Amino acid sequence: MATKELSMGDVVSRSAEYEQEMDTEKMTLNMGPSHPSTHGVLRLVLELDGEVVTKCDPELGYLHRGDEKIAENMTYNQFVPYTDRLDYLSPLANNVAFALAVEKLAGLEVPARCQAIRVLICEMARISAHLLGLGAYAMDTGALTVFMYTFTEREKLYTLFEKLTGARLTTSFTRVGGVARDLPEAWLEEVLHFIAQFLPVVDEVDALLTRNRIFVDRTKDVGVISGEDAISYGLTGPNLRASGVPLDLRKDRPYSGYEQYDFDVPIGTVGDCYDRYLIRMEEIRQSARIIQQVVETIPEGLYYAEDAKKIFPPSKEKVMSSMEELIQSFMITTQGPQMPAGEVYFEAENPKGALGFFIHSKGGGVPYRLKIRGPSFCNLSILPKVCVGAMLSDVVAILGSLDFVMGECDR
Amino acid sequence: MDGNFLSKLLDSNDYLTQRDSADHPAVNCPIERWLECATELKDNHGFDLLVDATCIDWFNESPRFSAVYHLFSTTSHQYLRVVVAIPDDENPSVPSVTSLWAAADWHEREAYDMFGVRFENHPDLRRILMWDSYPWHPLRKEFPLAGHDTELPDEEVRKETGTPVIPAPMAGGPFAASKHAGIMSKNEPRGADESWSEEKEKPN
Amino acid sequence: MSHSDKEITYDSKVEGGVVTSRLDSIINWVRSNSIWPMPMGLACCGIELMAVGASRFDISRFGAEVMRFSPRQSDCMIVAGTVTYKMASAVRRIYDQMAEPKWVIAMGACASTGGMYRSYATMQGVDRILPVDVYVSGCPPRPEALLDALIKLQKKIGTERSAKQLVSA
Ligand code: SF4
Repeated sequence: MATKELSMGDVVSRSAEYEQEMDTEKMTLNMGPSHPSTHGVLRLVLELDGEVVTKCDPELGYLHRGDEKIAENMTYNQFVPYTDRLDYLSPLANNVAFALAVEKLAGLEVPARCQAIRVLICEMARISAHLLGLGAYAMDTGALTVFMYTFTEREKLYTLFEKLTGARLTTSFTRVGGVARDLPEAWLEEVLHFIAQFLPVVDEVDALLTRNRIFVDRTKDVGVISGEDAISYGLTGPNLRASGVPLDLRKDRPYSGYEQYDFDVPIGTVGDCYDRYLIRMEEIRQSARIIQQVVETIPEGLYYAEDAKKIFPPSKEKVMSSMEELIQSFMITTQGPQMPAGEVYFEAENPKGALGFFIHSKGGGVPYRLKIRGPSFCNLSILPKVCVGAMLSDVVAILGSLDFVMGECDR
Repeated sequence: MDGNFLSKLLDSNDYLTQRDSADHPAVNCPIERWLECATELKDNHGFDLLVDATCIDWFNESPRFSAVYHLFSTTSHQYLRVVVAIPDDENPSVPSVTSLWAAADWHEREAYDMFGVRFENHPDLRRILMWDSYPWHPLRKEFPLAGHDTELPDEEVRKETGTPVIPAPMAGGPFAASKHAGIMSKNEPRGADESWSEEKEKPN
Repeated sequence: MSHSDKEITYDSKVEGGVVTSRLDSIINWVRSNSIWPMPMGLACCGIELMAVGASRFDISRFGAEVMRFSPRQSDCMIVAGTVTYKMASAVRRIYDQMAEPKWVIAMGACASTGGMYRSYATMQGVDRILPVDVYVSGCPPRPEALLDALIKLQKKIGTERSAKQLVSA
């Protein structure tokens, strides 16, 4: 029997014919809320035409814990622990953002040392968040090793956090008007030491991923977000910068003394998953640079605002020895730091994007309304747009590259 | 620079009034002109990023709800707060700005979920955080932090476990004393009776 | 070969290639040393759960490194994080899909009691919808605490009448 050799072109044209004949019925696929690639409790209802996504409807709220309502019922300092649990990959940065928002309401300036400490911990938090993001992303796209590398480094960071705050993850380190305590002895040297041994590891991770054929194939030109779309959907942070919009609040609206430090803001060109990955990689290095500068230049002085009567409790010795300070400490503890009436909105550049707090105060120690603008919430809102037209397996890559945390998304 | 920008904006649009603010420029906008104002801000003043949209419940006042928008310009790096008072207390609604900023979609859904404020012409106004059949709007001021009794969203699981949604035990909380409320022993956070639990009724 | 409660002992001089033991002990020994967890990472505790699985704490020392996201393949659900009412149904459904025998560890204050989230949206403890075997305190618990819970669970499995259950099932 004579067999005809099938050439590649034949197969392609055949399948195209075949597809035309095929009656393609759409299928609905439910992904989550417990799915390894949704990084928590996000649920996606996908409508598929074969392998191609035709509609994507994200369903949130599985981690809605009522943070904003809780905030209306407690004093400003009592709310600090809840900010840890917004973006639980970078609790320290959330603490700082919240403290800065409330201080803005109070019209309070903290001393230079306190500002430097805050910058330092923010950048350490950024490194730790991006490390987890990278590890998890590599795992999503099929590279397991990177996760182990980045977690080893995260554990070292956790050890440093623990020395500083007493907790690995839920740090609750800032107070309105300062931070909880001064830096422990010799801690800064340890930070420098960490950075010195950490940078080679970043290069190693870089070598494992950046030119890894499989990784590049899975991420390049996948999930492209244009700059206009990114702005329109309110994206911030690395996701926005990957699309070529050079917006970084640390540069454009500097807070807490960021203007003193020298660092670059990486900007993407294409806006695909690979760009978003590259941006995070580079941000880790830039953060390390900032940390080194802070450690070199950290000023002496107080770690809290001294003149912040009614806001920052006086030191223990004073409380024990003077009546006025005792009363003051008691009032701050029971009634909270006393704020003027007013409205403020403050955003800080967090690892995931701009974490904003809108506070409406009617005076006193409890906010009347506190709105948290979670960057992940806005970053995710573009999903229905980018997922359409992508293959099902690309959805995993896109989700991972957006690097979201449900804690701050659902609040 | 902030002040300059604001006075120019107020001059050119006489329906806007200045609003008290502890930081960024802020304006009040009447609800009828809100869409017009939003278009103008986006097209002529470069406010291309809607960073946040939410509501405030003023409770015993009228108008009861205000919608609050925070805009940001990626070119001039300027923030602007626009507050729109919503005249209808019973069935509050505001024009949606989803056609201008895609980001408004989810923000407005959240505000609807939490406050029950409707956004006219929103393409898909559903609850976003709580489940669809949830009967209340949690961030309204009359809604207690602990919540109300209701049923679990999933019928099958509800039958299987028999677990309802119950108010969270506050055990004397929330733990913040108010400034002007009565004698200190009652006012001090620990002074509240904490002996009650889910099984035992809360004493009055 | 030995087990902590010395139920399985082996002495090659006396017994040669034969091991004598109770069936229960053997089943329990096998079960308790190859627990396949279902990591129900719901919130912040999930990050510590990842840390337990990663390089420093290394849960595989206790035979429980095979984290399976499919409930069909796992036998111990580690509920790590805040269970909201919206999520509760999903958690219960996943539990229902797990094959017997199955156990549950409630990791952290939220999963055990609702923790610091006393609010309208949060279920005050996952034990309202599932039977919990081990509770772990902490917000989040340290990885060591979770490992301790795992050891406690292994001990608990060691006391079960597995053979009888198998026959009656
Ligand atoms: S117990 Fe604490 S750390 Fe764990 S999920 Fe709850 S709030 Fe987060």
